Amino acid sequence: MNLVEVQSISRLYPLAKTSWFGERPMHQALNGVSLTIPQGKTLGVVGESGSGKSTLTRCLLGLEPVDGGRILYRDQDIAAHDTAGRLRHAARLQIVFQDPYASMNPRMTVHNIVAEGMVIHQRELGLTAQERTQRVVQLLEQVGLGRDHMHRYSHELSGGQRQRVGIARALALKPECLILDEPTSALDVSVQAQVLNLLHELQQEFGLTYLFVSHDLAVIRYMCDDVMVLRAGTVVETAPCEQLFEKPQHEYTQSLMAAMPETAWFA
Amino acid sequence: MSSTLDQGAEMSLLHIQNLHLSMHSFEGDAHVLNGVELKIEKGQIWGLAGETGCGKSITGLSISRLVNTPPARYLDGQILFNGRDVLKLKESDMRQLRGREIGMIFQDPTTNLNPVLRVGEQIADVAYEIGRIAPEILGLTATARASQRKKAAQKLGVDMLERVGIANAAQRARDYPHQFSGGMRQRVLIAMALVGQPKLLIADEPTTALDVTLQAQVLKLLSELVSSSGTAVLMITHNLGAVAQICSHVAVMYAGHVVESGLTQEVLSHPQHPYTRALIAALPKPGIQRGTLSTLPGRVPNLIDPPPGCRFAPRCAQASHECTLAVPALVGKSDTHRIACVHVQPEVFA
Repeated sequence: MNLVEVQSISRLYPLAKTSWFGERPMHQALNGVSLTIPQGKTLGVVGESGSGKSTLTRCLLGLEPVDGGRILYRDQDIAAHDTAGRLRHAARLQIVFQDPYASMNPRMTVHNIVAEGMVIHQRELGLTAQERTQRVVQLLEQVGLGRDHMHRYSHELSGGQRQRVGIARALALKPECLILDEPTSALDVSVQAQVLNLLHELQQEFGLTYLFVSHDLAVIRYMCDDVMVLRAGTVVETAPCEQLFEKPQHEYTQSLMAAMPETAWFA
Repeated sequence: MSSTLDQGAEMSLLHIQNLHLSMHSFEGDAHVLNGVELKIEKGQIWGLAGETGCGKSITGLSISRLVNTPPARYLDGQILFNGRDVLKLKESDMRQLRGREIGMIFQDPTTNLNPVLRVGEQIADVAYEIGRIAPEILGLTATARASQRKKAAQKLGVDMLERVGIANAAQRARDYPHQFSGGMRQRVLIAMALVGQPKLLIADEPTTALDVTLQAQVLKLLSELVSSSGTAVLMITHNLGAVAQICSHVAVMYAGHVVESGLTQEVLSHPQHPYTRALIAALPKPGIQRGTLSTLPGRVPNLIDPPPGCRFAPRCAQASHECTLAVPALVGKSDTHRIACVHVQPEVFA
């Protein structure tokens, strides 16, 4: 079953007017993008800056309206949600941000960062403060941190630990699908390996569905089942991962592959 | 401390010997560089690879002496550039080296360009200053007037833009940095760094802020430009893929020490030091089963109170008592492959 189904969505952003009388020019950030993610699978999204990767993730999260097309989540149009529906959608689809340094409030402790979602969704969850704390401890253990990290502030943690907190925060509401927006590009190679393995373990354990955005093709190849190549808001090519890397069809995909550093001869 | 006797016998373009640097902080003095050894000859392209906080950028900055002292303090060692110890030069002599003999490119092209000056003007400024020291670069003699120099500098600025592959250079020179894309801005910085026809170019993470395709383009441009002029390059990066793309040699740093160095092909295909091995094993490569990427246990050591001896020992599977006695020296056949590990026998590579 397809958990997420995007049917040719478009998104326009207004640009500055060039004349008093003419129509306002628009920038087409997404132009007829379609994709499907089967439950429990990982879809990789590749594209250069400005290709619409971030707009796509924002639309999926419901943070931005679409100007055409539909986003179906479990066969439900997310644009049709009322306030309660949006809140439910938010709990099922969570995001891990690229920069673990910028995506956390420096004045909040790790406990409060991870528990914030549970506080916001208090009405459905009905957890007491103690139960929330128990869940925070459990989450931190799942991502390889300990109880002792709970009362620290984000500046006291290393980059890898922060990204783990980011993942714990995303898992707090037991989502079905995670959007991973370049989750390792701010991390060192050895830490990246730890985080990638952790993401894989979590997927195995909870049957999570991933949308993995990255411009590191080696990481995409390692993590994804299917890959979609975006360029200037349009889908250039979508294919199963190995097929895309072995036999890229589109010229643009081929140029991407050619630009990729050759690491196969590394020991 | 080692002597400087080898200056006459075999003078390298850059020879960093046993460089120790400590950085003062509230928590104490961090021993950031712990005996860095590096030797670069004319025309070589070196990659200086390592993870965050290993001291690779500080090493690069030290060469053009851009590290503030204090908080930093050089404890020992020397940086011989063309046989002269950079650390002992007067500031006025240093200014003659920077930009002229040692060019620099930094990571973020946006913050390194002045947003309110035209791009051509910014390159011309550099060319004008260099023209003071070396008028021949502008095609002038030492007696040339300032106005002549200015004119020649502007012309050279446009020429440089053309050389780094910016179409319609004369026109684009009148644009501001925000009218350039990220890749083009990095080209502008490369142009600026190469104006003085430097003998050594230090590029600190030149492509980290760029997309994959641009990354390849910029790296290719860089290697073309330097190979035509014989400029040596020290490219500081955490990306081993980028090293493999253009570097002839590579030095891998860990916690303030070069643990392995040599020919890129040799080091990356036959890594000997446990850290280099772990680093390469942690790279996702085609054909690796998902979830089986090998990781490095533990964390980078605290440099204020570093572990005794080899700083990698606490995370190393092969560590023994021997490792904690002293920092292992970088041994082996110079230039092709050198390793700093007590468990790796230098004879194997001699």
